[in-house]
Amino acid sequence: MAADRIEKHALLDAPLERVWDALSDSAKFGTWFGMDVDGPFVEGATISGQINETQVDADIAEKQRPHVGAPVTLWIVAVEPLRRLAFRWNPLPGGEFADLTTLVEFTLSEQDGGTLIDIVESGFDALPDEHRDGTFSGNSEGWAIQTQLIGKYLALNPAQ
Amino acid sequence: MIATEASASVFDALGDPHRLHMVIRLCDAGPCSTLQVAQSISLSRQAATKHLEVLQTVGIVTSSKRGRERIWTVEPQPLTAAGDYLNALSRRWDSALERLKAFVET
Repeated sequence: MAADRIEKHALLDAPLERVWDALSDSAKFGTWFGMDVDGPFVEGATISGQINETQVDADIAEKQRPHVGAPVTLWIVAVEPLRRLAFRWNPLPGGEFADLTTLVEFTLSEQDGGTLIDIVESGFDALPDEHRDGTFSGNSEGWAIQTQLIGKYLALNPAQ
Repeated sequence: MIATEASASVFDALGDPHRLHMVIRLCDAGPCSTLQVAQSISLSRQAATKHLEVLQTVGIVTSSKRGRERIWTVEPQPLTAAGDYLNALSRRWDSALERLKAFVET
């Protein structure tokens, strides 16, 4: 289990302009991601969205179903045309995690006549500093502790 | 938002240091009686029972009777599920990428 970040790469068989449009046009982003959004992606903007079922993937739609209507906030960090889109969001539901945000960055480049997309979601090990000493201290330790616990348990139960 | 509410309650239950140490103790030592758990972290039997029952409510431990004792056992599933949140979030991006691919390539 990676500690702090998730990284994904894919080569898309589509021109860079088209991929950028699908990312940076918030309505189009919402269509493939499965989210209704209330405004355009502009640097510094705060976008309110709601999880919606994707039409593309039945498995994902089923997983999203309990969360349909769940509010999602995107804080748009960077919109660099044809190159990079970045936002912060709250990756986990539940009040316990309300102060945990991660940075999601999409970076595009042309490759082999298509478009290479890199997605990095980072910041899982960090809660905002102002909460380290507050009521969330138990949970901020929780991330590291969970990992230890799982490791401990799996070491004792290798068949699991 | 694939991570479950159940995971959140597991984290919540483990947010208390006493309960966390109880789970670690039960992972290390295997099934224990209430008294053994209480003694291992210097709590009264009554306080230990209260904490163990919180853990039982969210499914992290189960109990069974042996004579007059209650024996507590760790359940791996909720812990694994909670620990698996990064994998779940990672899979979310795999499928999001597939949907993006379908969206831009058609």
